[in-house]
Amino acid sequence: MDCCQCKKSGLDDRFPDEEVDLSLLDGVLEKYRGNPGSLITVLQKAQDIYGYLPKKVLYHIGRELRVKPAKVFGVATFYAQFRLNPIGKHLIMVCHGTACHVNGAELITSALCDELKIKEGETTKDGLFTLQNVACLGCCSLAPVMMIDGEAYGKLTPDKARSVIREILKKEAEKGEV
Amino acid sequence: MKVIVGLGSCGIAAGGNRVLQAVEEEIKKRNLDVEVKKAGCIGMCYLEPLMEVVDDEGRSTMYVKVTPEMVGDIFESHIEKGTAVEKYALSDEDRGYLEGQHRIALRNCGKIDPECIDEYIGAGGYRALEKALKEMTPEGVIEEIKISGLRGRGGAGFPTWFKWNATRMASGSPKYIVCNADEGDPGAFMDRSVLEGDPHSVLEGMAIAAYAIGAEAGYIYVRAEYPLAIKRLEMAIAQARERGFLGKNILGTGFCFDINIKAGAGAFVCGEETALIASLEGERGMPRLKPPFPAQRGYMGKPTNINNVETFANVPWIIKNGGKAFASVGTEKSKGTKVFALAGKVKRGGLVEVPMGIPLRDVIFKIGGGIKGDRKIKAVQLGGPSGGCVPESLLDTPVDYESIVKTGAIMGSGGMIVMDETTCMVDMARFFLDFTQKESCGKCTHCRIGTKRMLEILERICNGEGKDEDLETLEELALNVKEGSLCGLGQTAPNPVLTTLKYFRHEYEAHIKDKKCPARQCKALIAYRIDPEKCRSCSLCARKCPVNAIKGSKGQPYEIIQENCTKCGTCKEVCRFGAVYVE
Ligand SMILES: Cc1cc2nc3c(=O)[nH]c(=O)nc-3n(C[C@H](O)[C@H](O)[C@H](O)COP(=O)(O)O)c2cc1C
Repeated sequence: MDCCQCKKSGLDDRFPDEEVDLSLLDGVLEKYRGNPGSLITVLQKAQDIYGYLPKKVLYHIGRELRVKPAKVFGVATFYAQFRLNPIGKHLIMVCHGTACHVNGAELITSALCDELKIKEGETTKDGLFTLQNVACLGCCSLAPVMMIDGEAYGKLTPDKARSVIREILKKEAEKGEV
Repeated sequence: MKVIVGLGSCGIAAGGNRVLQAVEEEIKKRNLDVEVKKAGCIGMCYLEPLMEVVDDEGRSTMYVKVTPEMVGDIFESHIEKGTAVEKYALSDEDRGYLEGQHRIALRNCGKIDPECIDEYIGAGGYRALEKALKEMTPEGVIEEIKISGLRGRGGAGFPTWFKWNATRMASGSPKYIVCNADEGDPGAFMDRSVLEGDPHSVLEGMAIAAYAIGAEAGYIYVRAEYPLAIKRLEMAIAQARERGFLGKNILGTGFCFDINIKAGAGAFVCGEETALIASLEGERGMPRLKPPFPAQRGYMGKPTNINNVETFANVPWIIKNGGKAFASVGTEKSKGTKVFALAGKVKRGGLVEVPMGIPLRDVIFKIGGGIKGDRKIKAVQLGGPSGGCVPESLLDTPVDYESIVKTGAIMGSGGMIVMDETTCMVDMARFFLDFTQKESCGKCTHCRIGTKRMLEILERICNGEGKDEDLETLEELALNVKEGSLCGLGQTAPNPVLTTLKYFRHEYEAHIKDKKCPARQCKALIAYRIDPEKCRSCSLCARKCPVNAIKGSKGQPYEIIQENCTKCGTCKEVCRFGAVYVE
């Protein structure tokens, strides 16, 4: 837990106020309405639907499950899985488990930061990539590893990692032209 | 003929699905009658993707590092003509990886199709549950577990029978069984492999435990990062319900028990049992003071028994083969086997299950095949963020709970990361503290702020800005964090720092006094240079350098402009003449 979050950014920066269609959640809420113990499950399903947890959705969930907004926010910020901001089209997860660390994961992340011109945790301006360090993907014998859109890339070097990104960019560009 | 493709997470990551696709295409193309099966991980992660061919006489050939192209050759020769393709098969040397092992918890992993309950039953599955329900009393089951000497595999090594008995004796109902599958140690994947490769063994273990303590409901708390494990568990639970191994009136005995899955949401501390319970209840995963123990007041305030995945996976084997058989493996105080996730700088990495009591050295050298590139081993890290580094000089330490604690590390849940001379021990300590600091739930001041202060000092040392008094401050803080924290996270967070300070103090001192990183890892303390004797002026490094920090011209050795260099290592990686070195 970082105790200094409050200084870095105000609550509202972390919490974009977007228009969302709350009715998408109806099916989920139907099942769990008035059941405060299922808060985490409902948040997970909401994130599956929206890609992240928009502010309006959090309030809505609180009302329906009969949980105070402060608690919904508390749970949503406690767990690493929950995102309060939208992510890019491709999510790059760089494994920083112990095996990857001793095999040079740090170099992979810095190469990717440099290639994408963003910091870890950020999304590129064009909305194509979000770069995230994760604790362990569990493919330790392929270290260092990253996962993009569910596909694992193992035995990386900084150079290889850059080429994977360029490859995806190339495909995106081709799609754009068609 | 039968073809088995290894499709655990690691097999898939290495390209297992492409192999499976190639197999299916070959079968169609050649119009063959070949049975295709999917299996979990057999543990040889370093050789993935794996594909086993079993002929009609039951002879098996294991093919390793299989590519879709190789599949064509194997079909042409082995499947069609009956001649195995030796050059793609498992070598004798690699067979050594399996020979030193003793498989109890992993007995079915990689052998049966985890998505098919009949295969589990065919391998003797659910026979133990039947025996427990029909031939044994709940007390008898607990007694058998006591005889086996089984201790918790989740890290602390608490006797399993004792917890079961305490939950059985506790007043209050209903009672609950919880399986802890939160596996948070970054570098461990034992539990994932069991869940992916043999989910029914865990369900059966939980059902037996439920019978012993008198529970009717169970939960499996799985990390959300394990989608495949969750999928296979869901399938297994549905199949077990259908066959009457879960649900009402199990096997006609009147005993009722059912299991639900709850996915975690990414918090290491939720592996701690009281935090896990809070999370199950939909709260922030904050640990609380014990006692009362979960056995008295657990989920929903009711008596709850929590065990680790591997602990449960051992249970059916014990009930079926008897506690004595289990106790005949291992040492006096640590019975049975332990599964480790062997990784890091070791040649053959993967999942290994060894009898308790064998020396660490045997695991790393006999099974793991030694160190990559034949470099020198420096240490082995056990127990992840709660554990410590055991130096080379102590590698003859036997694998058992008490001996490992004596070194300052812990058995932990099974992460075993091998480090060689290119691993910086100060950086390792920084790495683990960075992890625990971020994962601290923030409840206890020492854990929340003390780990932060410790991390600052370690970062300073790695950056070459360490001060003489830093080591003393670190030690003082470490003791305070240990004493001032409520749960195991804070109580053990300083272990990686303390063990490296104990065995590798000289590395800390080199960083602080000489401003040198002996392992040449800490960026602030190293420089990349080009050896003019070896440089052939091919200009590859200059072209690849992302920050244009390399200058040179044809016929002249190239040179790195130190002020511009970001030490990303690309030049060293791409140089074909070994001319780039780190100083
Ligand atoms: C910070 C922390 C993390 C833990 N993580 C896990 C874990 O991931 N898996 C696990 O089985 N036990 C974990 N434990 C241990 C559990 O609290 C508990 O002791 C264990 O689940 C009991 O099961 P066992 O007796 O079968 O080992 C953790 C403990 C602490 C303090």
